[in-house]
Amino acid sequence: MATFKEFRNKVKPNWCPGCGDFSVLAAMQRAFANQGLEPEDVTLVSGIGCSGRISGYMNAYGFHGIHGRALPIAQGLKLANRDLTVVAAGGDGDGFAIGMSHTIHAIRRNVDITYIVMDNQVYGLTKGQTSPRSEMGFKTKSTPKGAIEATIAPLEMALTAGAGFVAQAFSSDLKQMTRLIEEGLNHKGFSLINVYSPCVTYNKINTYDWFKENLTNLEQDESYDPSDRMMAMQKLMENNGLVTGLIYQNKERKSYEEMISGFREEPLAKQDLKLPKEDFDQLVAEFA
Amino acid sequence: MIKQLSWKVGGQQGEGIDSTGEIFSTALNRLGYHLYGYRHFSSRIKGGHSNTKIRISIRPIRAVSDDLDVLVAFDQETIDLNAHELHDRGVILADAKFKPVVPEGVSARLFSVPFTKIAQDVGLAQMKNMVAVGASSALLGLPLEAFQGVIEEKFSRKGQQVVDKNMEAIQSGVDHVLKETGGMIEDLKLEPSDGKKRLYMIGNDAIALGAIAAGARLMAAYPITPSSEIMEYLIKQLSKFGGTVVQTEDEIAAISMVLGANYGGVRALTASAGPGLSLMTEAIGLAGMTETPAVIVDTQRGGPSTGLPTKQEQSDINAMLYSTHGEIPKIVIAPSTAEECFYDTIQAFNLADRYQCPVIILSDLALSLGKQTVEPLDYDRISIDRGNLITDSEGLKQLENSELFKRYEWTEDGVSSRVLPGVKNGLHHVTGVEHDEVGRPSENPLNRQRMVEKRLKKLEQGIDFEHPVHVDAEHEEADLLIVGIGSTRGVIHEGMERLQADGVTVNHLHIRQLLPFPAETVKKEMAKAKKVVVVENNATGQLASQLKLHVGMADKISHVGKYDGNPFLPSEIYNQCKELLVHGHV
Ligand SMILES: Cc1ncc(C[n+]2csc(CCOP(=O)(O)OP(=O)(O)O)c2C)c(N)n1
Ligand code: SF4
Ligand SMILES: [Mg+2]
Repeated sequence: MATFKEFRNKVKPNWCPGCGDFSVLAAMQRAFANQGLEPEDVTLVSGIGCSGRISGYMNAYGFHGIHGRALPIAQGLKLANRDLTVVAAGGDGDGFAIGMSHTIHAIRRNVDITYIVMDNQVYGLTKGQTSPRSEMGFKTKSTPKGAIEATIAPLEMALTAGAGFVAQAFSSDLKQMTRLIEEGLNHKGFSLINVYSPCVTYNKINTYDWFKENLTNLEQDESYDPSDRMMAMQKLMENNGLVTGLIYQNKERKSYEEMISGFREEPLAKQDLKLPKEDFDQLVAEFA
Repeated sequence: MIKQLSWKVGGQQGEGIDSTGEIFSTALNRLGYHLYGYRHFSSRIKGGHSNTKIRISIRPIRAVSDDLDVLVAFDQETIDLNAHELHDRGVILADAKFKPVVPEGVSARLFSVPFTKIAQDVGLAQMKNMVAVGASSALLGLPLEAFQGVIEEKFSRKGQQVVDKNMEAIQSGVDHVLKETGGMIEDLKLEPSDGKKRLYMIGNDAIALGAIAAGARLMAAYPITPSSEIMEYLIKQLSKFGGTVVQTEDEIAAISMVLGANYGGVRALTASAGPGLSLMTEAIGLAGMTETPAVIVDTQRGGPSTGLPTKQEQSDINAMLYSTHGEIPKIVIAPSTAEECFYDTIQAFNLADRYQCPVIILSDLALSLGKQTVEPLDYDRISIDRGNLITDSEGLKQLENSELFKRYEWTEDGVSSRVLPGVKNGLHHVTGVEHDEVGRPSENPLNRQRMVEKRLKKLEQGIDFEHPVHVDAEHEEADLLIVGIGSTRGVIHEGMERLQADGVTVNHLHIRQLLPFPAETVKKEMAKAKKVVVVENNATGQLASQLKLHVGMADKISHVGKYDGNPFLPSEIYNQCKELLVHGHV
């Protein structure tokens, strides 16, 4: 069985020292190992951004695509081979700006993949512009007088889109993040894990300390019931989204693959391509 | 008796015009006639004039005719809009209910037949379509038995009584016309056909069927005219083969999903028209960069922007050749008949796997939606070649110490082994960033140069596509070479025949592979002709530009364009070529 070290490769990440994404990489590696996965069982599909580089730092199959499109690529891959563990990952710009519609529709569609967003409330790779996750008033190169557009609330949005699994983690709590990723991997259907992953270079407001002060860990609240969608919505709104833990899970909802009529257990990629003569004749007869 | 004729049925959209045409043509197909059906429809769903024109012949035809022999009209608007197409011996069969009148200047004969009344007498006003079918077949002298099977298949679900009623309606239509015309209209009787079994299908169905035959098991697409039938057909059929169709949120998702699926090892496709292809361009570049196979169908329609969504055009040629940023290997093929749509789609998947690059099947509205006779499709011509693909770890060298598989290994022909995710000892990276042989990002100038060359090299020696051109060139020295692409195949052929009848020597070349361009073959054909005319449904001569670019001989190339939304008519080809030959220019 592979240990988390076997999910490491020799590429040195070009992230800034202290970047929250290091922890996300480490948590994923631990989660895969804890789940008994081998490197070849996993494909990590990532977007474009500092965060998107993550697939190149993981010793597993990796597909680093184009900005905002990790989710459709990951869904196509999962539908092609349902035996694979498919994880998509990217930044807040990737998932909530350019790729927002894919995020909503992936949630609705519910293909059995896990999506991890490294949310630093800023565009890191392009050197510090505002993101849909930036708070109003946040000053960046593109908003020198402060952001004047409302902040998107991705988790509330996920709940209204019909999400079956919504969780949030924080880069400083590796243990909790690892566990949430594992729960996401085990969830049958689409799982969204938003991670507060601070950008130490371009976000001087939402820093590690700031999060430590402002985050509420739902797991410490005994009355919290993650199967209660209404409660989930209320908690998120009360805390302005600043919570960690498993926020909502619906274990009843069937995955997309389970809902497709005629979809087989055997992965599409492994099926025989040859069309039997009888089938061919039958198809052609319709046009006679 | 005549060898061919044109029949048109028209009325309000949503009124059953399509099914009238369908029943009539299915019967004719089974009788062994060659058919070409072209639907005129507007972007409205209900209401608005709609018509279907079907050409019927005892020999192969693939074009709309210039004139019309029989017009079946369910309203006056149909007569007003279409009667001018009728020649002098033409006939209008119109529902007596709306008191039809022949517009001034039209000398066709009018028979007003109480379609609705007869249908009501039989039992149901809706069956007026069947009465019209019967009336038409009486004019053409078709045997009534031809309809029995068609009607049974269509209505047997609803019970024998419905079948019988519909046959009765057809019979009444026949009887009425025979009685009323009293054999006056002998000149529309069709010569008997050869009775051979053939298929009658639209290009889109042939593409979809080809995809199944090629082993495609996933389609991701967003609906758009005129490509949606491909998706609809596969939604109906793919589940029988374990596959599925995903209707995505947009075309970017569709193509991205197709890339993910192909990367995962399933043959997957998407289909769209210009607006969708415009959205896909970045991801097509990703396919080129990551050497991921993908099959993409572009059913061209009137552009730019929303353009003429339900009309014919061939103006995406440049976009399909050039629209992605950067330089990638890409294949563009262009079937010109429904039969080729089937075989080319199978080849498209093989080419995509063999050269590990995107393959675009360029169709156009007239080819995608025009319904045509197809010779029986040959099961033995279906072959599947997955190229250099590794699907299991057998024979793979053990990877030590986070070592990676050389997915992008430099090879003689530029094609490397592709290993599917999930395979042990096959680990590698895939990225749209420039990368090294194992897929790790690299900005090393030498690596960059070699990788660009590696990717482009795959197609440089030409590709293994069976029919890069269609040539119909019997003259070693010709006055004229007509060059076309896509659906214009049949109409050019007819134009050519008329020119030949005038004593002009004409050759015909149809471009079937646009990228890489088969320059040598095209050059050879061009050299045989004094003049070259490129016929295409666009304004700027996009195909003509390709000829000039790859072959030269610019001074003998002219371009005949049509961009009013309608397909070329044989007379237009004839007249424009005549003009060129007489005056030296079009
Ligand atoms: C289509 C396209 N537009 C713009 C870019 C430039 N770009 C790259 S990453 C990025 C935003 C990155 O922000 P985020 O997704 O939050 O990732 P982070 O770098 O913060 O991890 C942008 C705008 C691109 N690569 N592609
Ligand atoms: S710029 Fe920000 S997000 Fe990018 S690596 Fe540096 S710290 Fe991380
Ligand atoms: Mg970001």
